[in-house]
Amino acid sequence: MSSFKRDKKEEEEGGASPYKNLDKTIVLQEARYFNETPVNPRKCIHILCNILYLLNQGEKFTTAEATDVFFATTKLFQSKNVMLRRMVYLCIKELSSMAQDVIIVTSSLTKDMTGKEDLYSAAAIRALCSITDSTMLQAIERYMKQAIVDKNPAVSSAALVSALHLSSSAPDLVRRWANEAQEAVNSDNAMVSYHALGIVASSKKNDKLSTVKLVSRLCRSPMKSPYALCLLIRLSAQIIEMDESEASQPCIEFIEYCLRHKSEMVIYEAAHAIVNLKINRDLAPALSVLQLFCGSSKACLRLAGARTLACLTARRPAAVAICTVDLENLISDPNRSVATLAVTTLLATGAESSVDRLMKQISSFVSEISDEFKIIVVKAIRRLCTKFPRKHQSIVAFLAGMLRDEGGFEYKTAIADAIISIVEENPDAKETGLAHLCEFIEDCEHATLAVRILHLLGREGPKSRQPSRYIRFVYNRVILESGPVRAAAVSAVAQFGAQVPELLPNIKVLLSRCELDDEDEVRDRAIYYNAILDSGDQQLINDYIINVANPGLIELEKALRDHIATKPDQLFDIKTVPIVCTCHQLHKKDVVAVEAKKPMQKSMDKIYDETLSHIPGIERLGEIFKRARPVDLTEAETEYRVRLYKHIFDRHIVLQFECINTLNDQLLEQVHVRLETPPEFNILSIIPCQKLLYDKPGSVFVIVEFPCAYLDSLGTFGATLEFTVRDCDPNTGNPDPGEGYADTYPLEEFEINCSDQIKTRAATDDWEDTWEYASKSPEASETFSLPHININDAAKEVCSHLGLPKAAISGDSLVEIKGCGIFRGGAPVVIKAKLVTISTAITMKLAIRSPREDIAQLLLSAIG
Amino acid sequence: MVHTTMKTSLFEPTLYIVKGMCILDNDGNRILAKYYDKDILPTTKEQKAFEKNLFNKTHRANAEIIMLEGLTCVYKSNVDLFFYVMGSSHENELILQSVLNALYESVSILLRRNVEKRVLMDNLDAVMLAFDEICDGGVILDSDPTSIVGRTALRTEDVPLGEQTVAQVLQSAKEQLKWSLLK
Repeated sequence: MSSFKRDKKEEEEGGASPYKNLDKTIVLQEARYFNETPVNPRKCIHILCNILYLLNQGEKFTTAEATDVFFATTKLFQSKNVMLRRMVYLCIKELSSMAQDVIIVTSSLTKDMTGKEDLYSAAAIRALCSITDSTMLQAIERYMKQAIVDKNPAVSSAALVSALHLSSSAPDLVRRWANEAQEAVNSDNAMVSYHALGIVASSKKNDKLSTVKLVSRLCRSPMKSPYALCLLIRLSAQIIEMDESEASQPCIEFIEYCLRHKSEMVIYEAAHAIVNLKINRDLAPALSVLQLFCGSSKACLRLAGARTLACLTARRPAAVAICTVDLENLISDPNRSVATLAVTTLLATGAESSVDRLMKQISSFVSEISDEFKIIVVKAIRRLCTKFPRKHQSIVAFLAGMLRDEGGFEYKTAIADAIISIVEENPDAKETGLAHLCEFIEDCEHATLAVRILHLLGREGPKSRQPSRYIRFVYNRVILESGPVRAAAVSAVAQFGAQVPELLPNIKVLLSRCELDDEDEVRDRAIYYNAILDSGDQQLINDYIINVANPGLIELEKALRDHIATKPDQLFDIKTVPIVCTCHQLHKKDVVAVEAKKPMQKSMDKIYDETLSHIPGIERLGEIFKRARPVDLTEAETEYRVRLYKHIFDRHIVLQFECINTLNDQLLEQVHVRLETPPEFNILSIIPCQKLLYDKPGSVFVIVEFPCAYLDSLGTFGATLEFTVRDCDPNTGNPDPGEGYADTYPLEEFEINCSDQIKTRAATDDWEDTWEYASKSPEASETFSLPHININDAAKEVCSHLGLPKAAISGDSLVEIKGCGIFRGGAPVVIKAKLVTISTAITMKLAIRSPREDIAQLLLSAIG
Repeated sequence: MVHTTMKTSLFEPTLYIVKGMCILDNDGNRILAKYYDKDILPTTKEQKAFEKNLFNKTHRANAEIIMLEGLTCVYKSNVDLFFYVMGSSHENELILQSVLNALYESVSILLRRNVEKRVLMDNLDAVMLAFDEICDGGVILDSDPTSIVGRTALRTEDVPLGEQTVAQVLQSAKEQLKWSLLK
């Protein structure tokens, strides 16, 4: 028997894996077999399979190799074997990005695509679209349109999905297939209608109105596919989020209706959407679904439930508190992701009494979870310490325990950060925290962390009751560590010498020992500090050791760049760089961070900063204060689309008119905007857009100065687009000879209102204090009667006038709006409004407190 | 035209749901893997490192789902194979789960319920086609195992003896012998 076992083992090792010892050169050699006629399909399939396997394992093919294989593969179109043909398609797709001249197979694929064999068509379409670029697309357009409405669902789906992929490179062309796609939405096949919905929705992404129409039509006659329903729920949620008016009411009802769907996927999608909507709705039905999920036997459902609840803690802690029992059951969940989410959520919502128990629970499984989850736990614990300062003893001890465990750099940094911030925030925790950190640097493999901790010891150590006990820890680093750490330790030691006179002689001895160090930086610092300490000049010691003024690094970099650009031959004066204040901001981020990593995206702000930085003279306007929401100044489907971005500065406003020319036979030149401003506004300059090509956005900038008096800073602007039209060839984009003619295009009016000029946020827990604190400032208040019928609508409208988020609204019958903000120029404002329905009319009392009375008045006038 | 991205935690209305799918063996080595998002794990090196990490975290505890490196991964294992489907950490887990089920079930049908590495390796071509039929560039193409298998189809039933290679004949003879011994 034993010999049989061994046999079996050998068999598994050797015979079973024909792919184990594949070699690229041999496989490429084999591919030549494709050129023979006739071919053995089985053998070809095997070779293709080998090629695909190698590619999948990450084997690199050079362009020449890939092209060779590609062309050999195309020979196989002669074979009628279906399986082989399918493998050929697969190969074409894989090689299309590597080989040259891949469009050679277009005609073969087109033949297959339009042929009778359905099994070929679907795959051929997908292969074809992977080799086609936007220039070639027109040739196959007719077939694609046919395929989209083909009665075979596989063909139709393949065409739709390929169209979606193509739409990223040729959006306009695909938009022309919208009618066919629209038709496919009503298909009986679940997947076809799902794909069609996806492509219709993505082609209408820019057109809000028709999206609303589409969604509300589909909401009435829901679709069969659960995937399509999920997508529809997402689209509905997006509409509700953008537009709180009555139009979104059917969408809300649709989502709530989906809570009773039979597929769990759809139920969860609906519950997730409801919970994450900003509107104030009754969460109970959605929460009960999530509670049910938490008790499910499937880990996926439990995770979905726990994760959604965790997200909710930040905004509606009270709502999550109802689910405490369900979460309690999850803290010993075998799936550690679920358990971690449950524990962190409970930590965020729970009472002080449960802290110890929960932490004990975490420590039982902390070693089993991944580093990113450990970081989430650490952050939750750190927030806990801000919330319950009295628990610092056990919390710091717990963190120190985690610090001793295995873990990567980020994890260790998170823990050290947590302890450092606890030490800084909570004086009671200082001594224990520092002691733990001292112990940690004794055995710390990360130099940057050690440096940070040494810096902290230098700053906090001398002020403690027994400074001398830290010196040993610090000086040990000088003996044992690498250069940068030694240098940091020297600086820390010097701090002790500067601040604790009794220790000064000893410190000097230590420093003079360091003067013999191998490392330049260490030696330099030791000599430098020794010299300053020797001088005995208290002022000198204070300025150069204890309170060293550090310029902000970002500002320093910027200043240096500017200096090199403008006056490289002069000396740079560091005093011009602003000093950073060392005050620590309390990070009040979301309570449970669930998203570990979001796809990196260049932030919109950055993009705008870059475009703005090209405007001459922009630096004189100072820092940008706010970017208001963009406004469309044209209808969605017009010849020229113009969208207005308002960039607000302290005393100026930069109006960016982003224009898109949607006519492919025209080229616009010298695009200007003529503005009609209210009399108090002053146009400083207009930067025209020299050339506006088809479908390439270009911007016209207008810099306008605000009126001196804040009270005059509201107004309506009229605008007209002026430009020179030149006709051009739609395909090449080359302009026809000749001068062209001037033309204008009227744009819609737009306003500069209060909400553009104020940065606001909704009331937080400390709002009452702020309100009381502001009682010393002037207050402006007035009572309004509002024409609305529904009190919530009235409140929303008031918020939108004041630029407040919807979250500022609270209460049901007596609605209150609380918020605060900063007006351009930097004046703070605190806003409080009460709305009440008296008989049928709605009355509102609005009070605004601000040190600048005119701003308070201005905000009042925004409503009136 | 530039779009402002939604800052809320609502799911994004997109068809691009699947970020990757893979099948690993019981040493955590890749048998088949596809990644669909150019921004996520762009190089093979990163992918393989991720797969190693994923395997280490999942091969012991069969906990169905794990959140790792910003991805939500649902998984399922059988004998010496591990099936994974990855999506963004901001995605409906249950949709991913349905894709995993589709993957596992179709492979299982293709392999005639013998879901193990050796059989899979012998049918790698069909499994590759199944991969291709389930997901196209991140879009779920189909999630119904029977229709997926129907399209992958044409498992070359029993090939006439004449067309088999010598190795294949030997292999099947070996197998028959083994089974007769085990009886």
